[in-house]
Amino acid sequence: MVDPVFIGVAVLTVGSAIISLESRELIYGAIALAISMLGIAGFFLLLESPFVAMFQIAVYVGAVAVLVIFTVMLVRTQALFTTKEDKGRKSAGIVLMLIFMVSIGAIFIVSALNNHTFGNPKASAIDFTAIGQQMLTYYSPALITLALTLAGAVIGALALARREEEIEQKND
Amino acid sequence: MTELIYYVLLSVVLVAIGIYGLVVKRNAVRMLFALEIIANAANLNLIAFSRNLSNAQGQVFALFSIAIAAAEVAVGLGIIIIAYRLYKEIDVEEFKSMRG
Repeated sequence: MVDPVFIGVAVLTVGSAIISLESRELIYGAIALAISMLGIAGFFLLLESPFVAMFQIAVYVGAVAVLVIFTVMLVRTQALFTTKEDKGRKSAGIVLMLIFMVSIGAIFIVSALNNHTFGNPKASAIDFTAIGQQMLTYYSPALITLALTLAGAVIGALALARREEEIEQKND
Repeated sequence: MTELIYYVLLSVVLVAIGIYGLVVKRNAVRMLFALEIIANAANLNLIAFSRNLSNAQGQVFALFSIAIAAAEVAVGLGIIIIAYRLYKEIDVEEFKSMRG
Protein backbone atom coordinates (compact mmCIF):
# COMPACT_ATOMS: atom_id res chain seq x y z
CA MET A 1 0.00 0.00 0.00
CA VAL A 2 1.48 3.31 -1.08
CA ASP A 3 1.02 6.27 1.19
CA PRO A 4 -0.53 9.29 -0.64
CA VAL A 5 2.00 11.53 1.14
CA PHE A 6 4.77 9.39 -0.35
CA ILE A 7 3.37 9.90 -3.86
CA GLY A 8 3.11 13.66 -3.35
CA VAL A 9 6.67 14.02 -2.07
CA ALA A 10 7.94 11.68 -4.82
CA VAL A 11 6.32 13.84 -7.52
CA LEU A 12 7.81 16.98 -5.92
CA THR A 13 11.31 15.44 -5.68
CA VAL A 14 11.46 13.91 -9.16
CA GLY A 15 9.79 16.91 -10.79
CA SER A 16 12.14 19.45 -9.28
CA ALA A 17 15.14 17.19 -10.05
CA ILE A 18 14.11 17.29 -13.73
CA ILE A 19 13.53 21.07 -13.57
CA SER A 20 16.96 21.57 -11.98
CA LEU A 21 18.57 19.95 -15.03
CA GLU A 22 16.25 21.35 -17.71
CA SER A 23 15.44 24.91 -16.61
CA ARG A 24 16.69 27.57 -19.00
CA GLU A 25 18.25 29.75 -16.34
CA LEU A 26 20.83 28.21 -14.02
CA ILE A 27 19.62 30.16 -11.00
CA TYR A 28 16.16 28.58 -11.24
CA GLY A 29 17.88 25.22 -11.61
CA ALA A 30 19.73 25.84 -8.32
CA ILE A 31 16.47 26.71 -6.55
CA ALA A 32 14.78 23.60 -8.01
CA LEU A 33 17.71 21.49 -6.76
CA ALA A 34 17.18 22.92 -3.27
CA ILE A 35 13.48 21.98 -3.46
CA SER A 36 14.43 18.46 -4.58
CA MET A 37 16.78 18.13 -1.58
CA LEU A 38 13.92 19.34 0.63
CA GLY A 39 11.80 16.52 -0.84
CA ILE A 40 14.52 14.00 0.09
CA ALA A 41 14.47 15.44 3.63
CA GLY A 42 10.70 14.86 3.58
CA PHE A 43 11.34 11.18 2.77
CA PHE A 44 13.72 10.99 5.70
CA LEU A 45 10.93 12.32 7.92
CA LEU A 46 8.53 9.74 6.45
CA LEU A 47 11.13 7.08 7.30
CA GLU A 48 11.16 8.34 10.90
CA SER A 49 14.73 9.62 10.78
CA PRO A 50 14.22 13.24 11.91
CA PHE A 51 17.89 13.74 12.85
CA VAL A 52 19.14 12.92 9.35
CA ALA A 53 16.32 15.02 7.88
CA MET A 54 17.41 18.07 9.87
CA PHE A 55 21.04 17.44 8.88
CA GLN A 56 19.98 17.19 5.24
CA ILE A 57 18.08 20.50 5.44
CA ALA A 58 20.97 22.25 7.22
CA VAL A 59 23.68 20.97 4.86
CA TYR A 60 21.96 20.72 1.48
CA VAL A 61 19.22 23.34 1.56
CA GLY A 62 21.18 25.64 3.86
CA ALA A 63 24.82 25.41 2.81
CA VAL A 64 25.06 23.76 -0.61
CA ALA A 65 22.18 25.62 -2.25
CA VAL A 66 23.48 28.99 -1.02
CA LEU A 67 26.99 28.11 -2.24
CA VAL A 68 25.65 27.14 -5.67
CA ILE A 69 23.50 30.26 -5.93
CA PHE A 70 26.46 32.48 -5.05
CA THR A 71 28.64 30.75 -7.66
CA VAL A 72 25.92 31.18 -10.28
CA MET A 73 25.76 34.88 -9.44
CA LEU A 74 29.56 35.20 -9.70
CA VAL A 75 29.66 33.70 -13.18
CA ARG A 76 28.81 36.03 -16.05
CA THR A 77 25.17 35.67 -17.07
CA GLN A 78 25.90 35.15 -20.74
CA ALA A 79 27.96 32.04 -20.05
CA LEU A 80 24.95 30.47 -18.39
CA PHE A 81 22.73 30.66 -21.45
CA THR A 82 25.03 29.00 -23.97
CA THR A 83 23.57 25.55 -24.34
CA LYS A 84 25.68 23.54 -26.72
CA GLU A 85 23.86 20.26 -26.57
CA ASP A 86 23.03 18.65 -29.87
CA LYS A 87 19.77 16.84 -30.44
CA GLY A 88 21.48 13.48 -31.01
CA ARG A 89 23.18 13.51 -27.64
CA LYS A 90 19.98 14.55 -25.91
CA SER A 91 17.92 11.71 -27.41
CA ALA A 92 20.76 9.27 -26.66
CA GLY A 93 20.69 10.48 -23.04
CA ILE A 94 16.93 9.97 -22.80
CA VAL A 95 17.22 6.46 -24.29
CA LEU A 96 20.05 5.61 -21.86
CA MET A 97 17.96 6.93 -18.95
CA LEU A 98 14.94 4.82 -19.96
CA ILE A 99 17.03 1.68 -20.51
CA PHE A 100 18.65 2.12 -17.09
CA MET A 101 15.32 2.82 -15.38
CA VAL A 102 13.51 -0.16 -16.93
CA SER A 103 16.30 -2.70 -16.57
CA ILE A 104 17.38 -1.89 -13.00
CA GLY A 105 13.74 -1.34 -11.98
CA ALA A 106 12.77 -4.74 -13.43
CA ILE A 107 15.62 -6.39 -11.52
CA PHE A 108 14.39 -4.89 -8.25
CA ILE A 109 10.75 -5.78 -8.98
CA VAL A 110 11.53 -9.46 -9.56
CA SER A 111 14.02 -9.56 -6.67
CA ALA A 112 13.36 -10.62 -3.10
CA LEU A 113 12.86 -6.96 -2.14
CA ASN A 114 9.41 -7.09 -3.71
CA ASN A 115 8.08 -10.00 -1.68
CA HIS A 116 6.85 -8.64 1.56
CA THR A 117 9.01 -10.80 3.76
CA PHE A 118 12.16 -8.71 3.34
CA GLY A 119 12.66 -6.19 6.12
CA ASN A 120 9.89 -4.93 8.29
CA PRO A 121 8.42 -1.48 7.65
CA LYS A 122 6.81 -1.63 11.07
CA ALA A 123 10.12 -2.22 12.84
CA SER A 124 10.68 0.10 15.76
CA ALA A 125 12.09 3.48 14.70
CA ILE A 126 15.72 4.18 15.54
CA ASP A 127 16.25 6.51 18.45
CA PHE A 128 18.73 9.26 17.58
CA THR A 129 20.65 8.59 20.79
CA ALA A 130 21.66 5.29 19.14
CA ILE A 131 23.18 7.28 16.25
CA GLY A 132 25.14 9.46 18.68
CA GLN A 133 26.32 6.42 20.57
CA GLN A 134 27.53 4.71 17.38
CA MET A 135 29.27 7.87 16.18
CA LEU A 136 31.15 8.49 19.40
CA THR A 137 32.17 4.88 20.07
CA TYR A 138 32.69 2.56 17.11
CA TYR A 139 32.76 5.24 14.40
CA SER A 140 34.72 7.91 16.31
CA PRO A 141 37.90 7.52 14.17
CA ALA A 142 35.72 7.91 11.05
CA LEU A 143 34.05 10.98 12.57
CA ILE A 144 37.42 12.62 13.32
CA THR A 145 38.74 11.79 9.84
CA LEU A 146 35.54 13.19 8.35
CA ALA A 147 35.91 16.45 10.29
CA LEU A 148 39.51 16.84 9.11
CA THR A 149 38.52 15.98 5.52
CA LEU A 150 35.73 18.55 5.57
CA ALA A 151 38.02 21.25 7.00
CA GLY A 152 40.76 20.37 4.48
CA ALA A 153 38.32 20.42 1.56
CA VAL A 154 36.84 23.79 2.51
CA ILE A 155 40.29 25.35 3.05
CA GLY A 156 41.44 23.82 -0.24
CA ALA A 157 38.40 25.24 -2.04
CA LEU A 158 39.11 28.69 -0.58
CA ALA A 159 42.77 28.48 -1.64
CA LEU A 160 41.71 27.32 -5.10
CA ALA A 161 39.22 30.13 -5.69
CA ARG A 162 41.50 32.84 -4.25
CA ARG A 163 42.36 35.55 -6.75
CA GLU A 164 46.06 35.24 -7.50
CA GLU A 165 47.06 38.79 -8.28
CA GLU A 166 50.72 38.04 -9.03
CA ILE A 167 49.93 35.40 -11.63
CA GLU A 168 47.34 37.64 -13.28
CA GLN A 169 49.83 40.53 -13.45
CA LYS A 170 52.38 38.19 -15.02
CA ASN A 171 49.83 37.09 -17.60
CA ASP A 172 49.05 40.69 -18.47
CA MET B 1 3.61 2.69 5.90
CA THR B 2 5.28 2.54 2.52
CA GLU B 3 7.08 -0.65 1.54
CA LEU B 4 10.83 -0.68 0.98
CA ILE B 5 10.51 -1.49 -2.73
CA TYR B 6 8.90 1.90 -3.50
CA TYR B 7 11.85 3.76 -1.99
CA VAL B 8 14.27 1.59 -4.00
CA LEU B 9 12.34 2.24 -7.22
CA LEU B 10 12.24 5.98 -6.48
CA SER B 11 16.00 6.05 -6.06
CA VAL B 12 16.40 4.14 -9.33
CA VAL B 13 14.39 6.93 -11.01
CA LEU B 14 16.56 9.61 -9.36
CA VAL B 15 19.81 7.87 -10.39
CA ALA B 16 18.50 7.58 -13.97
CA ILE B 17 17.76 11.33 -14.02
CA GLY B 18 21.26 11.99 -12.69
CA ILE B 19 22.85 9.78 -15.37
CA TYR B 20 20.83 11.61 -18.03
CA GLY B 21 22.13 14.93 -16.69
CA LEU B 22 25.74 13.73 -16.68
CA VAL B 23 25.47 12.40 -20.24
CA VAL B 24 23.58 15.27 -21.87
CA LYS B 25 24.58 18.45 -20.05
CA ARG B 26 27.86 20.17 -20.87
CA ASN B 27 27.49 22.95 -18.30
CA ALA B 28 29.82 22.24 -15.37
CA VAL B 29 27.36 23.53 -12.74
CA ARG B 30 24.56 21.38 -14.13
CA MET B 31 26.80 18.31 -14.08
CA LEU B 32 27.40 19.06 -10.39
CA PHE B 33 23.59 19.18 -9.90
CA ALA B 34 23.30 15.74 -11.52
CA LEU B 35 26.00 14.37 -9.18
CA GLU B 36 24.08 15.75 -6.20
CA ILE B 37 20.88 14.04 -7.35
CA ILE B 38 22.72 10.69 -7.60
CA ALA B 39 24.27 11.15 -4.13
CA ASN B 40 20.86 11.89 -2.66
CA ALA B 41 19.34 8.79 -4.23
CA ALA B 42 22.07 6.76 -2.51
CA ASN B 43 21.32 8.44 0.84
CA LEU B 44 17.62 7.70 0.43
CA ASN B 45 18.43 4.01 -0.02
CA LEU B 46 20.65 3.99 3.06
CA ILE B 47 17.91 5.49 5.23
CA ALA B 48 15.16 3.26 3.79
CA PHE B 49 17.15 0.07 4.45
CA SER B 50 18.17 1.34 7.89
CA ARG B 51 14.49 1.91 8.75
CA ASN B 52 13.35 -1.48 7.49
CA LEU B 53 16.13 -3.45 9.15
CA SER B 54 15.94 -1.28 12.30
CA ASN B 55 19.69 -0.66 12.19
CA ALA B 56 21.29 2.64 13.25
CA GLN B 57 24.42 2.18 11.10
CA GLY B 58 22.54 3.15 7.93
CA GLN B 59 21.77 6.55 9.42
CA VAL B 60 25.38 7.00 10.56
CA PHE B 61 26.59 6.26 7.02
CA ALA B 62 24.01 8.66 5.57
CA LEU B 63 25.27 11.45 7.85
CA PHE B 64 28.87 10.77 6.75
CA SER B 65 27.78 10.71 3.11
CA ILE B 66 25.97 14.07 3.42
CA ALA B 67 29.07 15.68 4.97
CA ILE B 68 31.35 14.27 2.24
CA ALA B 69 28.94 15.55 -0.44
CA ALA B 70 29.14 19.05 1.08
CA ALA B 71 32.95 18.96 0.86
CA GLU B 72 32.71 17.72 -2.73
CA VAL B 73 30.42 20.60 -3.71
CA ALA B 74 32.78 23.16 -2.13
CA VAL B 75 35.79 21.81 -4.07
CA GLY B 76 33.77 21.40 -7.27
CA LEU B 77 32.52 24.98 -7.19
CA GLY B 78 36.07 26.22 -6.44
CA ILE B 79 37.31 24.39 -9.54
CA ILE B 80 34.42 25.81 -11.62
CA ILE B 81 35.23 29.37 -10.48
CA ILE B 82 38.92 29.05 -11.32
CA ALA B 83 38.08 27.45 -14.69
CA TYR B 84 35.68 30.32 -15.40
CA ARG B 85 38.43 32.79 -14.57
CA LEU B 86 40.83 31.06 -16.98
CA TYR B 87 38.46 30.28 -19.88
CA LYS B 88 35.60 32.81 -19.33
CA GLU B 89 33.27 29.85 -19.88
CA ILE B 90 31.73 27.08 -17.77
CA ASP B 91 31.09 24.70 -20.67
CA VAL B 92 33.21 21.57 -20.11
CA GLU B 93 33.94 21.20 -23.83
CA GLU B 94 35.74 24.53 -23.72
CA PHE B 95 38.21 23.25 -21.12
CA LYS B 96 40.55 21.93 -23.78
CA SER B 97 43.58 21.58 -21.54
CA MET B 98 44.08 21.49 -17.82
CA ARG B 99 47.17 23.75 -17.84
CA GLY B 100 46.95 27.02 -15.96
